[in-house]
Amino acid sequence: MGNPMKIRASIKEGVTEVKVLMQHEMETGLRKDADGNLVPAWHITKVKAQHNGKTVLEGQFGTAVSKNPYLVFRFKGGAPGEKISVSWVDNKGDTRTDEAEIS
Amino acid sequence: MNTSILKNAIFVFAFAAYASAAMAEGSASDEIAKYREMISDGNPAEFDEMRGEELWKKPGGPNKVSLEKCDLGKGAGVVKGAYAELPRYFADTQRVQDLESRLVTCMTTLQGTAEKDITAKPFGGDNYKPEIESLVAYVVGQSKGVKMNVSLKHPKEKEAFEIGKRIFSYRAGPYDFACSTCHGKDKQRIRMQDLPNFNNKKDAQAAYTTWPAYRVSQGMFRSFQWRLNDCLRQQRFPEPKYASELTINLTMFMAVNANDAVYDGPGLKR
Repeated sequence: MGNPMKIRASIKEGVTEVKVLMQHEMETGLRKDADGNLVPAWHITKVKAQHNGKTVLEGQFGTAVSKNPYLVFRFKGGAPGEKISVSWVDNKGDTRTDEAEIS
Repeated sequence: MNTSILKNAIFVFAFAAYASAAMAEGSASDEIAKYREMISDGNPAEFDEMRGEELWKKPGGPNKVSLEKCDLGKGAGVVKGAYAELPRYFADTQRVQDLESRLVTCMTTLQGTAEKDITAKPFGGDNYKPEIESLVAYVVGQSKGVKMNVSLKHPKEKEAFEIGKRIFSYRAGPYDFACSTCHGKDKQRIRMQDLPNFNNKKDAQAAYTTWPAYRVSQGMFRSFQWRLNDCLRQQRFPEPKYASELTINLTMFMAVNANDAVYDGPGLKR
């Protein structure tokens, strides 16, 4: 299980803005360590965000996304107190899901 | 991929794609300012703060005690606002200490950790994150929004400031550089970065109050000792000892110059 994410969600004029900060190494697989050996690729592959159980965002992440990725997205709808959940899966099959309330 | 779901969503992969944007209109530093604005809400230093808080409260070292009795200058265990008053003179050690040397003191005296175990590798690297770095993140985060108020009342504090001021303009090394060579006038740059001029109060305040910081290009939280260590490296000076007197004096000089500004760290740097 990966490290926790920080999720902040707020609603303004009917649009919910969600800010997600994930903790992940996001190794590209192209970098070499001090001994000259390739550091194996290790990165998030899929991200999914749900609002009250309904998927509002689905994305594929790859090696171009930096370490500790920061993602901001907006969707129509949502209400204060409702739940947003974000989850990711990485190429090692590890996964992490975190929740936040819309404020 | 389910593209229909993306219809109402706007992505901002802030950490991934800023290099290409730098070619757009406006000067490079405008673009950097825009980039900073874009990522200002997502500072991964928060994770270091969380880890630091845990380490602060958890029994550690050979003595198996927490750092909650550590006196950072505002009394044993007071973390809130402590960083905004550091460096300062400490009666128990009879010297001026910055945050990091003070943490070393607490970790050795309270927790019984050997000093060399802390100072041998004090900066993070690949798969390595020293505890002291996260502790720094936690402590400085507890001064966010507090006005910088570093005292010069004690003669030792005054002395540290004066020595720091001298070190700042002390030219040496193969390039005959001083800190002030790059940080003593306006509009100096290193590559694309505008450098703060420490003779200018505003610059001095803005620079000091945004360090320690998360360095995006390094994917790591960096302490103030690291900042000074790397500046001295770029000047081709010999590597300073971690939390040495020289670095504390320099920190004292810079901290006093930042007085009256609101501390805003941990910062987020490109």
